[in-house]
Amino acid sequence: MADQAVVAGDSVDLSRRKFLTRAAIATGAVGAAFAAVPFIESWAPSERARAQGAPAELDISKLEGGQMAITIWRKQPIYVVRRTPDMVARIAGHDAELKDPTSKYSDQPAYAKNTDRSRSPEVLVLVGICTHLGCLPKQRFSAGELYPSWPGGFFCPCHGSRFDLAGRVFDGSPASINLRVPPYYYPKPTTLVIGADEKGVA
Amino acid sequence: MAANPSSGVSETRPGFWGWLNRRLPVDTFIKSQLTGYYAPKNFNIWYYFGSLALLVLVLQLVTGIFLTMFYKVGESTSFDSVEYIMREVDYGWLLRYLHTTGASAFFIVVYLHMFRAFLYGSYRKPRELLWLFGMAVYLALMAEAFMGYVLPWGNMSFWGAQVIVNLFGTIPGIGPGLVEWIRGDYGIADATLNRFFALHVAAVPLGLLLLVVLHLVSLHETGSNNPDGIEIKDRKGADGKPLDGIPFHPYYTVKDVFGVAVFFVLFAIVVFFVPTLGGLFLESPNFEPANPMSTPEHIAPVWYFTPFYAILRAVPDQRLGALLMLLAVMAFVFVPWLDGSPVKSIRYKGWMSRAALTLFAIAFVALGYLGLQPAEGLYVMLARIFAVIYFAFFILMPFYTRLERCKPVPERVVYHAH
Repeated sequence: MADQAVVAGDSVDLSRRKFLTRAAIATGAVGAAFAAVPFIESWAPSERARAQGAPAELDISKLEGGQMAITIWRKQPIYVVRRTPDMVARIAGHDAELKDPTSKYSDQPAYAKNTDRSRSPEVLVLVGICTHLGCLPKQRFSAGELYPSWPGGFFCPCHGSRFDLAGRVFDGSPASINLRVPPYYYPKPTTLVIGADEKGVA
Repeated sequence: MAANPSSGVSETRPGFWGWLNRRLPVDTFIKSQLTGYYAPKNFNIWYYFGSLALLVLVLQLVTGIFLTMFYKVGESTSFDSVEYIMREVDYGWLLRYLHTTGASAFFIVVYLHMFRAFLYGSYRKPRELLWLFGMAVYLALMAEAFMGYVLPWGNMSFWGAQVIVNLFGTIPGIGPGLVEWIRGDYGIADATLNRFFALHVAAVPLGLLLLVVLHLVSLHETGSNNPDGIEIKDRKGADGKPLDGIPFHPYYTVKDVFGVAVFFVLFAIVVFFVPTLGGLFLESPNFEPANPMSTPEHIAPVWYFTPFYAILRAVPDQRLGALLMLLAVMAFVFVPWLDGSPVKSIRYKGWMSRAALTLFAIAFVALGYLGLQPAEGLYVMLARIFAVIYFAFFILMPFYTRLERCKPVPERVVYHAH
């Protein structure tokens, strides 16, 4: 309507005008998407947060059998448990009650993808955050502590997820995967470093 | 009459009012939106909650602005500054309790406002968009309330944030990265608190205001529904005004002022005598500072989220639980297209719709109660049963609304003069 009024006697190439309009909109949209990048990126962990997320060291020489030490790595509690031979024995025998007994769907370094989910059975290292929604599972290490057939492990008070002494999740828990194992290694037999391994820093 | 006849202000009208109206359409606006805006004459008690929601919004904005004058965001200052407000700022306790009680009051009036829409079919054509804007307001309100609850940096703030933010981690593929991006750290931290503050005091309120304006503009375009679910615009008198309509001002402004007075009495009772309402409005673990090394024995959100939280916990699979929780919230969005009844109002619907809505209301309240209880034994079983009823209400709606026998709808609204 207005178009025709503007150029009386001359014809307007509407398809060209439509193309130019669309091209301008598309260019503007691409520009807006690029402009959004810095704003979105600003939400990523800052340099300071990343520096503070460096590997954590823990002296485990004084950790007795059956005891648990809690240290912090990347704002997450790390559970370090010295397992007694009895505790190691109690990891076996209930695979049928577990959601992921072989840790196939769970999150751990390759060296912890075994039955006891550790580099060596005596020491268990776990991220102490429930894989359901992030509460802190509580230690319930004694056999029969929760119910007669309870083999010992961890219990999350928030939504009732249960894990065995290798952090493997029991059927009927809202959590779907086993407790996570962080990357770790022993530079010395009594020193544990969390957040790094042979492959480098996580 | 010259240029602007609808405003009723002549171009030559002397004085300030004339000067103003030649530059800003004040009179035109008042006439079109208040004195010339016709609303059905048969509104009942359910029609108080829209204006009350607007009142609470203003209350939250005013008290919120004043709280930011004393609150200091930061993981080492937030908790202390809230205690400072409570103990040392003159009337600081009142500002805070008005704001915390206002948050719960907001959800009470919004839930009643939404229930009204279910009663009288206010979401039906031509008011689908009005309903969608309302739903967007509700979602923004949930985000606003959640982030506001994190700001005092009490232990429930921290762990509530932990649980809710981790819900995003259940999204396949991008979940873990998304959670880290939301937190800005490897755990809930200062960075998280700081951005929640920015969102809570600036971004979300701005969005909320815009959505409320859109909600009201679309309401004034379609006009209000009413307890009979009849379009008053279909029957107009010789003057072009709806026969069953009355001007919003003064009739409904006066009615709403009465509602405001009653509301303030109840509100004041809570603010002055039971501001925590026994842990329902403010939970006791939030009176201790955030502690990443100690989960409260029993994590429960504030009451207005518990129906959805109960559904989350009722499912023994985290991804499915989070998905069903999301669906429970989003189900409301689809209602305008699920309801296939030939009538709008529950007054003329059949027994199946009445039974369904009654069961749904019971399930919603029951889930709300169960979400406050520990996730064990009988509570989980009951939550599952009520979750099924909750979803059945929506899923079966296309069937029971079409199958049942409805009553005849009258031509004019039912109205008994007092």
